[in-house]
This record gives sequence, structure tokens and C-alpha cells, in this order.
Amino acid sequence: MSRLELLTPEGLRVDGRRPNELRKIIAKTSVLAQADGSAYIEQGNTKVLAAVYGPQEVRHRMQILHDRAIINVEFNVAPFSTSERKKRSKNDKYDNGIKLQTSQFPRSQIDIYLQVLQHDGGTLQACINAATMALIDAGIPMIDYVCASTAGCIDKQPVLDLNYLEESSDSPELTVAILPRTGKVNLMSMESRLHVDMLESVASLATEGCEQIHTILDAVVRDTTQHLKDSLMQ
Amino acid sequence: MDVQILSPEAPSKSNSHKNQNAMDVDGGDVQLVMPGETITSDLQFMRGHGTYLDSESTVISSVAGVVERVNKLISVRALKARYTGEIGDIVVGRITEVAPKRWKVNVNGRQDAILMLSAISLPGGIQRRKNEEDELQMRKFFAEGDMVAAEVQAFFVDGAIGLHTRGHQFSKLRNGSLVVVPSALVQRCKSHFHLLPCGVHLVLGLNGYIWVSKPVIGNPESTDEADIERTYSNKNDIIDDAERESIARVCNCLRALARKFMHINDTIIIYTYEASLKYPVKDLLKKDVVDSITSEASHKLTME
Repeated sequence: MSRLELLTPEGLRVDGRRPNELRKIIAKTSVLAQADGSAYIEQGNTKVLAAVYGPQEVRHRMQILHDRAIINVEFNVAPFSTSERKKRSKNDKYDNGIKLQTSQFPRSQIDIYLQVLQHDGGTLQACINAATMALIDAGIPMIDYVCASTAGCIDKQPVLDLNYLEESSDSPELTVAILPRTGKVNLMSMESRLHVDMLESVASLATEGCEQIHTILDAVVRDTTQHLKDSLMQ
Repeated sequence: MDVQILSPEAPSKSNSHKNQNAMDVDGGDVQLVMPGETITSDLQFMRGHGTYLDSESTVISSVAGVVERVNKLISVRALKARYTGEIGDIVVGRITEVAPKRWKVNVNGRQDAILMLSAISLPGGIQRRKNEEDELQMRKFFAEGDMVAAEVQAFFVDGAIGLHTRGHQFSKLRNGSLVVVPSALVQRCKSHFHLLPCGVHLVLGLNGYIWVSKPVIGNPESTDEADIERTYSNKNDIIDDAERESIARVCNCLRALARKFMHINDTIIIYTYEASLKYPVKDLLKKDVVDSITSEASHKLTME
């Protein structure tokens, strides 16, 4: 494979972004009528649909927790989501460190279904953001938004929000999820090697990305809630 | 070549711009908050539902919704959330399980509500303790899948809702169809049982479940043998085509109102019904028809 130029001498990336620039985000909530809460998010070409059902009665009595709710996350990647159509292994499971106040719902269950419709890098971050929006839409109490963002390192230059091309060319990718109000880190995950000297700058870039995402998501949720409130008050 | 790179959008520091009106809880217009947003850092306020306290005793919202204040208690109400009962609420639910001496009822809540065998009325309004014989034939009263109108009587320690169906207006529901709307849309009012002028009976459950049916014939309080049998009957009466159509029309009107996220009460339903009469029933959920009938109804409502 010929070495692809991921960063031009002018400092632009393959899709024309600057290193600290996010991809375009389109987000929507309440997209499904049946679910208690749902959200759809596009981060560049990565498209994720999230649906939340619950809190509701636990389906299997064996699983009942008497002091809090159980959370069941199902993650699915559509076979048509990548450029080569292929069947994925079934148990691609991620734990997305969503911070819920589950102790308020004893003996109930919250189901979160995540469907990746198009995969172009950064599925984990898109899933976390979509799940956050869907949970807020369902009116489930949360400590804060959970905003996630990725950052990587190309030619020793930290870059924000990798796409599939950058992700698949052996560049390290770090996913960070934070609670924007306190800045606490919920999740940090990396599946490749990164020099320890670079870690701090990559992590801080990702955190900065999280804050930008928070602004965008907050605007969307605020808009939707305002719209609902207006139609209710008139 | 040295390229100066600027961030395309400055990340806003979360607490700066939003909290300009944070202390202004008394303000006339309703304040909208998002999860993680500070509502007030005034020590005199207590936290209610939808909020939490952080270490510095500031009240922070945990849901996206509107701030409500009762004296010193601050709570945030999410606009779209599951039903949380209050004692005295009329609800419509579906029996999900028959358990010893009780039924589990799905009322769109966080867990299933409980209807005790001792909390139902026997056919004919006979007053007596329920015995083992009644316990063995619980499915004769309610079986899985039956719809029931009930009132919230109490809460159990784990937060589950306890229901009762004593009284002639609460009964097994039949002869009609269920419409599910967000529970925030149904407002508390004097009566939740309505007989519309178009000859359709409505049970507006506060949990967002609405039962639209053909009106009950006969006096429910009578001790006549046939009426007693009717209380827990599973058979629908004969419903003619005209009645079916008006039931379907009311159902679609309710769905249209829910789509526009408008409050639902008997007046707006009647107005929407009247506005819908110029369209065939099957067209009622088309987008432009929904817009026109709901705006006509809300216009009529404000004219009063």
C-alpha cells in the first residue's frame, strides 16, 4: 500500500480539515415515535441512531436489582455501513461509561439500542453522543451530558476527530468522554500504541473536542425542548 | 511555512453564559434547563425531582425540562418522560401478569403498577372480603392483556403504584381502541370520563393511555343479572359502522394532537373532531391535515 499523505505540508488533512477541527455534526432528537427517547447523529459520514426504552419493568425476573435499574446496551453495525460490505462478528461490545442516576429507578430496566448506519471512523464517540441525546430525550436523570470525542496523532501532530481513512492507516486513536460541567473524564480508550510524550497533548485536544461537541448537542437539545415547551404552552 | 491554526469555534465555558438568569427563579417566564446546568447556588432552596446537589450545595438539573418552584423547593419537570403517579390519578392500563392476590398492570410507568385483589369491586357491588375462592378465579375478573381503568390509591415502598377499581366508573375496558400519547399532554381535570357529543366515550388516563370506545349502555350500578355479568365481560357489543368511524376519527384526532404536542382535554378533542369532519378519517394523519385541524382547534380554543 502506498503511503497516503494524511497531513499536507500546509497542515491540512485528507478531507481538508485543520488538525483541530471537528467534522460537521448534524444531530436530532425524538426521531422514533415508539421509543421513549431517540436520537440521530451524523459526525461527518459516521451516522448513528440511538433508541432508549424505559425505565420499564424488568423483562427477566432473575435480573432485578432491588436498589437500582439495570442498563442493557445493544450495539449493532449495519452490514451496509462500511465501504466493503461484510458481515460483522456479533459481539462487538463497548461499554460506554454513561453516567446515570440509576438509583432512582429500583427494579426497572433501561434498554439502549445503538445502530451504526454508516461507519466512517469514530463510531464509539458517535454512539456515546447519540446515547446521551436519546437518554436526555427520554427524560432520564443524568448527572450531566456525556460528550465524547476522538483524537489521534499523525506525524507527531495531534489531530482531532479521525475519519475512517486516518483511523485505518495505523495512526493511534484515543477516545475520551467527559462530563463537561466538571470536566471529569468518564472514559478513555485506546487500542493502539501512542508515545507517552504525546498522550497529554492528544488527550487535551480530545477534551477540547468534547467541549465543542457539548455546545452543539446542548444547542440541539435546548432547541427541541424549547419547541416542545412552546407547543405545550400555546 | 508557518500556518496559524485557529479553532473554528471557541468552546464555551459551560457556566458562563447560561446562568445569567440563574438566580431569577421568580421570573415570570418559564426557565428551561439542560442536564448539568446550574439552577441556583442559593443555599435557601431545596432540591426536588430532576435535580441534584453537588458538593458545593448548588442545585443542578439532571433532566432537560422546565423549572418548577413551590416555595423553597425547586424541581425540574422533563417534558417527555414516563408517567409518575400521584394519588387520585385516573389511569388506563393493561394487565401484564396475574400474581398471587394481585395483578401487575402496565401503566407506562417505571415499573408495573399493582392492583390488589382486595382493591377491586365485585360484580354487582357486593361488599365482602375476598376469599380463597376469589383468589382461584382471578382470571375471571382480569386476565393478561385486559385493559382496565383504575385510580391510583397508594404507593408501595419501592415506588410501585397501587391501584384500585372500586366504584362503578372503573371497570374492564372493551368496545373500543387504545391511543397512546405522551403522558405530559394529559392534564389533570375534574373528570377523566367524557361522553363526547359525537357519541364516543373517552377515558383520559393521566398516564397517557386514552381509551376511546362506544358508550356503555345500561346503568352500571344496577344489580340486574345481565349488568353484573357485563362488568367483567370479555365480549364486545355489536358496534355498527357509523360508531366505528367516529371512534376511529376521535383516535386519529388524538394522534394528531399528540403529534403537535398539544395539551389534550375534552374541549380541544371536540374542536379537533369538528374541524376534522371535512376530511375522510383515513386522511387525518397526513401532515397538512394534521396542521390544519389542530391549528383550527387551538384557534377556536383561544377565541373563547
